[in-house]
Amino acid sequence: MRHIISILLENESGALSRVAGLFSARAYNIESLTVAPTEDPSLSRMTLVTSGSAEIIEQITKQLNKLVDVVKLNDLNVSQLQHIEREMMLIKVKAPVSARDEIMRLSGIFRGNIIDVTDDAYTVELTGTSDKLNAFIASFDCDSILETVRSGVMGISRGSSALHL
Amino acid sequence: MELSGAEIIAQFLEDEGVEYLFGYPGGAVLHIYDALLRADSVKHILVRHEQAAAHAADGYARSTGKTGVALVTSGPGMTNAVTGIATAYLDSIPLVVLTGQVPTGVIGSDAFQEVDSVGISRPCVKHNFLVNDVKDLAETLKKAFYVASTGRPGPVVVDIPKDVTDPNIKIPYTHLSSIEMRSYNPVTKGHPFQIKKALELMLRAKKPVFYTGGGVVLSNASSSLRSLVRQLGFPITSTLMGLGAYPSSDEQFLGMLGMHGTYEANMAMHDTDVLIAVGARFDDRVTGHLEKFCPTAKIIHIDIDPSSISKTVKVHIPIVGDVDDVLTTMLEMLKDSEDKVEQSKCDQELKDWWKQIKQWRKKNCLRYNKKTKTIKPQYVIEKLHEITEGDAYITSDVGQHQMFAAQYYGFDKPRRWINSGGLGTMGFGLPAAMGVQLAHLDKTVACVTGEGSIQMNIQELATCMQYQLPIKIINLNNRYLGMVRQWQEFFYEGRYAMSYMDSIPDFVKLAESYGHVGMKIDQTSDVEDALKEAFAMKDKLVFMDFITNREENVYPMISAGKGHHEMELAPDSELV
Repeated sequence: MRHIISILLENESGALSRVAGLFSARAYNIESLTVAPTEDPSLSRMTLVTSGSAEIIEQITKQLNKLVDVVKLNDLNVSQLQHIEREMMLIKVKAPVSARDEIMRLSGIFRGNIIDVTDDAYTVELTGTSDKLNAFIASFDCDSILETVRSGVMGISRGSSALHL
Repeated sequence: MELSGAEIIAQFLEDEGVEYLFGYPGGAVLHIYDALLRADSVKHILVRHEQAAAHAADGYARSTGKTGVALVTSGPGMTNAVTGIATAYLDSIPLVVLTGQVPTGVIGSDAFQEVDSVGISRPCVKHNFLVNDVKDLAETLKKAFYVASTGRPGPVVVDIPKDVTDPNIKIPYTHLSSIEMRSYNPVTKGHPFQIKKALELMLRAKKPVFYTGGGVVLSNASSSLRSLVRQLGFPITSTLMGLGAYPSSDEQFLGMLGMHGTYEANMAMHDTDVLIAVGARFDDRVTGHLEKFCPTAKIIHIDIDPSSISKTVKVHIPIVGDVDDVLTTMLEMLKDSEDKVEQSKCDQELKDWWKQIKQWRKKNCLRYNKKTKTIKPQYVIEKLHEITEGDAYITSDVGQHQMFAAQYYGFDKPRRWINSGGLGTMGFGLPAAMGVQLAHLDKTVACVTGEGSIQMNIQELATCMQYQLPIKIINLNNRYLGMVRQWQEFFYEGRYAMSYMDSIPDFVKLAESYGHVGMKIDQTSDVEDALKEAFAMKDKLVFMDFITNREENVYPMISAGKGHHEMELAPDSELV
């Protein structure tokens, strides 16, 4: 099963490689991983998407907790609370005059923003669940996509409960 | 007080009460070595290879419970130490390894003797640090010692660039008496509810067995374990790493379990209904085939590391906490249920269980033919036990001799059996013995080894001479890489690929060339006298080269894919 694990870790050089190294050394899956400093610059927030059996997920969270740089973590899929997940994508598509209306219409339907326009290409910014981003990609034919870049999933729990110190 | 980085390291080690620093100098650590000359209370032991520095610090740590400390230079100094660091990691030994690094300004430029020490060591340390600024040095060192020695212990590497130790840059220094880390708070107290639940299950058990491991030794829980096991009257078996935590001469002790464990221990594991795992991690050498492991047991697991629990074997009652703390709590709770304890002890079912165990014991699975002219390795170990009165510190290397030592020495005290269990590092025994001997100058220390393993760190004979370490080396020389040969005999139809060592040195001459005493013993009838003679030489290292039976096998044995009940005993022809 797919799990989203939110991790608060020390914003120190090497912290990311400890997490990545743990996953490769123990042959765990990483589907996506995103990390950036928080409002407290000494801490980074990482969202990691992985998958595996219940036993493997349990080991993953235990092993992550064991890393000295990990301050706190939360498996968003096992906590009692519901969560929200978002991913952001920038997608650059070919934009010949004949296709521009359709691109703009699709962007509108998916609540995307066109953030760069040139003679031959449009770049759309889109935020949502991974499924939504996949659906947006699927609505173009492969040849018309020049480039995609995705942030990886970020997750947060609903309500006032929060992963903080 | 204003100190340079190098002086801070020297002063810190003194302030931390470090007795011995095992190391080898080199370019990146020269400032540190210069400062160490003035650190009177820290004795530096100059090894002959950095791997030995880590192993010696490790042996010191295992035999004392204190943190072992090593110092090596950058690049090859650090990479040589990696095997020693990994050895400590797999057996959860508290170690702080200080590694020199090229100056911060040239890190990443493939400078002379530069390697990414933090990157290389990352998968085999509990934690590591790169010190970028001399201002962080004292605090980082304090953190390193704290992390290494608390929770589930382990090695910590501190990588120190040369410019951080610059003698010309001085900063104020004070020794921190303690440190807190927001991201590191090991749990020590077990949950009382879980402990109670476990105890209730234990008191209802019909066929209970304790299965104890290295965690009991690490947690100094030997005495609480003894009290608990004796009060309950349950049988107990130990892993390789836990030997000595419970006295092996005690009636309730079933011997070691696992791949080369005793018949009674493994059969008890297979039939038990309540398994009490204490500071053990269900290693594959212990469990055998997982699907056949303890098929009828409810399992209680006490461990300080949550990730050890239900890692390979599903546990019914987990207790996360320091082993000694949990066992002590259990003992206190037992006081309140004394009636139940008495009841459980008199219980017919427990009596029947012991009756069954005694039946298994009758197999006498460790017997061997003592009447051969060629020396049986088992016999040497039994005699070693006799002559040292079972009270020596025994280090070992890895292979058949290690198993013979574990099976036949009969450890009655914790921290007396020093071996590389998890990583299985050949070459561990001699340098580890140096650390043990230094920690216990007036005690008997013997290194049980083989002609394969001993050659992996034979250069340390020079270190032993320099520091006058009177280690007794028991070399069980069968002219084969014995364990490899045994597997080739069993599983490769006797094709002995590369397990024969041609051109084995004359160990007597070799020992003598280093200034030690060498002895060669090749007949059973000479073993006892030779051992007596060697151990009488209190102030000398004696290298005893025992020419043993070539194709001796370690029995009992559980082959790959087999369960505990499917173990093989020595064929009758060998037992006579």
